[in-house]
Amino acid sequence: MEISLDFDKCCGAGQCVLAAPEVFDQRDDDGVVVLLDADPPAEEYENVRRAAQVCPAAAIDVRP
Amino acid sequence: MNAPPPARIAVVGASAAGLGVVEGLRREGYAGGLTLIGDEPHLPYDRPPLSKQLLTGEWGSDRLGLRGAAAIEALGLDLRLGTKAVALDTRSREVRLDRGGAVGYDALVVATGAAARWLAGTRGVAGVHVLRTLEDALGFRAELRPGVRLVVVGAGFLGAEAAAVARGAGAEVTMVTDAALPLGDVLGPVLGGMLAGVHVEHGVRIVSGTRAGTVLADHGRATGVRLTDGRVLDADAVLVAVGAVPNVGWLAGSGVPLGDGVECDATLYAGSGVWAAGDVANWPHPRTGSRIRIEHRTNAAEQGIAVARNILAGPGRAVPFDPVPYVWSDQYGLRLQIYGRTRGTDTVRIVEGAPEDRKLVALYADGGRVRGVVGVNMPRATRGYRALVAETAALDERSVA
Repeated sequence: MEISLDFDKCCGAGQCVLAAPEVFDQRDDDGVVVLLDADPPAEEYENVRRAAQVCPAAAIDVRP
Repeated sequence: MNAPPPARIAVVGASAAGLGVVEGLRREGYAGGLTLIGDEPHLPYDRPPLSKQLLTGEWGSDRLGLRGAAAIEALGLDLRLGTKAVALDTRSREVRLDRGGAVGYDALVVATGAAARWLAGTRGVAGVHVLRTLEDALGFRAELRPGVRLVVVGAGFLGAEAAAVARGAGAEVTMVTDAALPLGDVLGPVLGGMLAGVHVEHGVRIVSGTRAGTVLADHGRATGVRLTDGRVLDADAVLVAVGAVPNVGWLAGSGVPLGDGVECDATLYAGSGVWAAGDVANWPHPRTGSRIRIEHRTNAAEQGIAVARNILAGPGRAVPFDPVPYVWSDQYGLRLQIYGRTRGTDTVRIVEGAPEDRKLVALYADGGRVRGVVGVNMPRATRGYRALVAETAALDERSVA
């Protein structure tokens, strides 16, 4: 799974952290997304896809 | 065993909610026929930047796409853009289109959103704008230049964000609100006061406690706004940001229950094979029992996903939609984030930071229970309090530990 993040788009909602806390975190100062695991295990794929889907800024792109 | 899924699913509305539905369906393995109908000519795009990065000019419209063209293509949709649904026949299960013809379905999702509310008689008056679509935003952006006199009618998130951007562009901005403070009903007096102070510091003139009555025009071009108290504000441009009305006109006579939006049950089902998602959906919130309709970006995506899941779950297995709403707003250097509901709460307690630092987290409670949290420039810390909202936890000393 390939995860790409658009840091400019990120609005710091933290919805990705709620969906996939093993994969995403937020920076303390501005809340911008931090990728904890660029190559997550298969059991995280569902969470990561959900994170991409609920991100209110469409800042997460997941392939495939 | 689940019932077999509907063979054909049609989704009307190709913005965040409609996209959430079709992505949710495919993600859950739905392989049937999927039609997505959108009245705008564009691929699904994001609206929050219309009053933020697009309006400042920082982003071009090419950055608004919710997904790349390849990702949309991969969904295998019968995609009908630039196509308006004009009527629904729930007996024959057909959506009729403005271009003629109809789309048949076994399950239908109404995700037609809401349309900007205008002031009476102002449509078509040059210089008067709303801010809902990409074309609206580009049209309004063209007005923003140094010295232009702009009146923003309404001081909700949209009006306040637009006022901030317009000041950045050098416009002379007056914001008119019938409330005592911009966003005062959402934020309460302390945070509302802080925010009003920031606007005033940046040179916005706030006219509160009155309404815009009529827009004055000369030769079809706006020249000012007459307030209901009789005062006149001169204007070269007017932004009307007084809310939106759900797009349900095309459902008249269909038998779909309509009120303030499509009236669904707690699972977002409206009967007759029809579901609703996004700004147009009105449902009884499981925790409060009262009907609500939410016009926020995150709600649209979450409801889309929930409807997809519930359609596939089949009769009797659909689950109530029980979100913690989330919204954010950017104004000047401030980023506000809100989880839950703050309107109508009786207590506000600042638990981190301070208004004078313009960095804080505040809990909003009603009857001693936490209903919402608002963060200003403390995004990560704010998220930490979301669980209290999800649990409607008691507002006690432990809440702030």
